[in-house]
Amino acid sequence: MVPLEHVIGLSAILFAIGILGVVVRRNLIVILMSIELMLNATNLAFVGFNRMWPVFGGEPSLDGQVFVLMVITVAAAEVAVGLGIVIALFRNRDSVDVEEASLLKW
Amino acid sequence: MTASVVFFYAFAALAVVSALGMVLNLRNTVASAMSLVVTMVALAGIYVLLEAHIVAVFQIMVYAGAIIVLFLFVVMLLNLRTDAFSPGRQKLVKLAATLIAFVVLAELLRVLTTGLPEAQPLPEGYGGYAQVGVALYTDYVLLVEVSGLLLLAAIVGALILAKRDIG
Repeated sequence: MVPLEHVIGLSAILFAIGILGVVVRRNLIVILMSIELMLNATNLAFVGFNRMWPVFGGEPSLDGQVFVLMVITVAAAEVAVGLGIVIALFRNRDSVDVEEASLLKW
Repeated sequence: MTASVVFFYAFAALAVVSALGMVLNLRNTVASAMSLVVTMVALAGIYVLLEAHIVAVFQIMVYAGAIIVLFLFVVMLLNLRTDAFSPGRQKLVKLAATLIAFVVLAELLRVLTTGLPEAQPLPEGYGGYAQVGVALYTDYVLLVEVSGLLLLAAIVGALILAKRDIG
């Protein structure tokens, strides 16, 4: 039996690493990858909590796993649109450095 | 300590090390993407240990098979093999960012891992294709339809964004 507190702890660690990547890195593609890592961390928490409470109201419950499938769908859509934006930015600025895309910055 | 616990710690260590490798690799974007593949595969192994077999299959298929390939494709398309940006961000900002990450980590660990109950025994057929399929097409059928619409919108949006001349 896998220790579930440690599963949730691992999910927290991966989420923090994702935050570190989003805030520290300047390469827009690596920032998108870090966002994917954070989504994966929440997926792991969903699966862990679902394993912790596999029965709800006397019935078997797979809500956590269904949510994970939905998060994977949203992640795929997000990557497609995000990389489209990266390509458009690269075409206009010739760089994927986020410091170059500061026109809207206050 | 049973075999599954040993496997869990092995996969967890692999996931954390490769995730750090992804974030801290400042030279090569392709290597970052490959590190992310290792993280995804390790997480799929953990999903199998948690009896979420269909989620593990989708993790490999969608993340390792499709999303990372898309990342690699864009990296190659834009020819970004080196990650050399002009120095600009100060040390203070990096220090503050690391501090933010550590504060979030401490808070998440404090909130999420205190007072967790013991796991309940598994019902028959938990995590199999049959149960997840029935849940998807009865309780969550609206969600499935909406995600189909979302994917359609994403296809159209990505096409319009990446097209050479708009209009």
